[in-house]
Amino acid sequence: MSSHGAAAEPPQRALRERGKLADRAGFLAPLFLLPAVVYIIALVALPLLLALSFAFSDVTVGDPSFDWVGLRNFDAIFDDPVFWRSLRNTFVFTTIAMLLTIVVAKALAMILVADFRFKWVVRFLVLLPWTTPVALSAVAWLWTLDSVYSPIDWVLRSLGFIESNSYFLGKDTLAAASVIAVHTWRIVPLATVIIMAGLISIPDDVKDAAAIDGAGFWRRLWEITLPLTLPVIAVATLFGAVLTFTDMTTVYILTRGGPENATQVLPSYAFLKGIGSGDLAQGAAIAVFLFPLLLAAAVAILRSVRRMETF
Amino acid sequence: MARTQFRPAPAVPAPGRVAVADSAHVERTRRRAAARRRSSRVGLYVLAVVAALVAALPFIWGTITAFKRDADLYNSENNPFVFNLDPTSEHVSFLFEETSFLTFAGNTLWVGLLVVAITLAVGLPAAYSLARLNMPWAGPLGIAIFFVYLVPPTLLFISLTRVVAILGVQDSTWSLVLIYPTITIPVSVWLLMGFLKAVPRDLEEQAMVDGFSRLGAFARVVVPLALPGIVAVVVFAFTLTAHEFIYALAFISPSEAKTISIGVPTELIRGDVFFWQSLQAAAILVAVPIAFAFNLLLERFITGFTMGAVKG
Repeated sequence: MSSHGAAAEPPQRALRERGKLADRAGFLAPLFLLPAVVYIIALVALPLLLALSFAFSDVTVGDPSFDWVGLRNFDAIFDDPVFWRSLRNTFVFTTIAMLLTIVVAKALAMILVADFRFKWVVRFLVLLPWTTPVALSAVAWLWTLDSVYSPIDWVLRSLGFIESNSYFLGKDTLAAASVIAVHTWRIVPLATVIIMAGLISIPDDVKDAAAIDGAGFWRRLWEITLPLTLPVIAVATLFGAVLTFTDMTTVYILTRGGPENATQVLPSYAFLKGIGSGDLAQGAAIAVFLFPLLLAAAVAILRSVRRMETF
Repeated sequence: MARTQFRPAPAVPAPGRVAVADSAHVERTRRRAAARRRSSRVGLYVLAVVAALVAALPFIWGTITAFKRDADLYNSENNPFVFNLDPTSEHVSFLFEETSFLTFAGNTLWVGLLVVAITLAVGLPAAYSLARLNMPWAGPLGIAIFFVYLVPPTLLFISLTRVVAILGVQDSTWSLVLIYPTITIPVSVWLLMGFLKAVPRDLEEQAMVDGFSRLGAFARVVVPLALPGIVAVVVFAFTLTAHEFIYALAFISPSEAKTISIGVPTELIRGDVFFWQSLQAAAILVAVPIAFAFNLLLERFITGFTMGAVKG
């Protein structure tokens, strides 16, 4: 972007080579960086290692002394059907939510790059799910999906589709579907914004040329916009995936993992065990399973970004 | 942006050929093209309205709920989208007068402002260092810091609960002031890098020629020029702290230290008793101002995120 790279630097150098510390980039650079690096090492890197070590210990809220117990926590959770259910749910919820997110966000991005009247109102409303604190939007959904007073049920009843209420959060499959829907609803705006940035960066002459050559909407979509925005879509999806499979707020507020653990996911189960029952060690052992998934996502994001830069 | 409505080529005849061309044919083609354009416009509006309604559904329902009387709300035969009885503001007053909502709001503001201050104090120099001071490892380090953002609270809350307990700040807002910068610093450094790179180097060099030290040029020239970006970062960091749920839930139990994010769902839902109208009022009162701030600054956020990846 900036045409004045390192080349613009040397001439005045000699002038200011007075050895003042405030002038030396070689001294300032590490100094300026130090507080941020210290903060991150002390409160992210070390706690991460601590969390890993907790998984092999018997630390509880009541008895925080650290004793090594080897794989005992893992033996316990591998025998726990709820753990396996949570692991599966985490994968299933994330996968379905992301597939839905890609389709909806791509369509929404194409709508929002077009010009139309009252666009700012639409943009404001469409962004609401993402800008609202998750805890509060989950509370709003809890009420929207209420077992007795849900307006969705009222509409369905009035139209004659159902006789009695659906109990969105009370039945296994419906509760899981509701959690997935709320996740999708929440992530779509973020993905849309990222994809919009990608769409806008497609050169206009490429779009014009295709249109003049007589390529129809679908053909342009499949052969031009999709391939050109694929890396951006990948980044948006991976970010959404990370935010979805590490989120426990939605599940915690909507269902508390119920009915009977049908919507339990790794983060919510780790919270239930670790803080709810005070067994920090077991909570840590459960949360640790998020780590390989995160690492995979990070590598994938890095790759997509690399591919983006080669354009 | 006017490019979205280009005409299909056949509808624009070359000037000289109009007279010779079959005018009826031209007219038909033109009309068909216009019809297609009109139907795609209608489709666009329909989709936009549907998207907006789906996105806003719980908030629209929440806004109506907030002003409904109990007798109106708790009757499943009533049309939920209209006021069957006169609207009332008693539940909104209840939220302010009978619950700790204002305490939660105060805590959220207090924690947010302190965290933003720490974030800028730590993040601004770090971003400048990565964006401008020509370190060989600036690129990879910037990306590494960005990836810290992907380490989720759900992985760290268990060990941080111990850290917070050892430091003796559990059950106080100080625990959040201490821990939230771990969320805000990585993103803010990335955004600030983008905004600082956008300040022309020449201006900085000029200031140094005029006698400022590098430090002076940074404080007096670069920071003021990057101010719009810094404002965006302030808003972004603040909303991140307002969004946070897990740490607050794990660290804090007394209601006088709770933030909105945990206070509203835990204190306004007591066992099986829900203060639905007040709950929804609280959600709307927080959601709308944040959404406004975000919409105003959206373009700037996008610029910041994409500029961060540009080589300085």
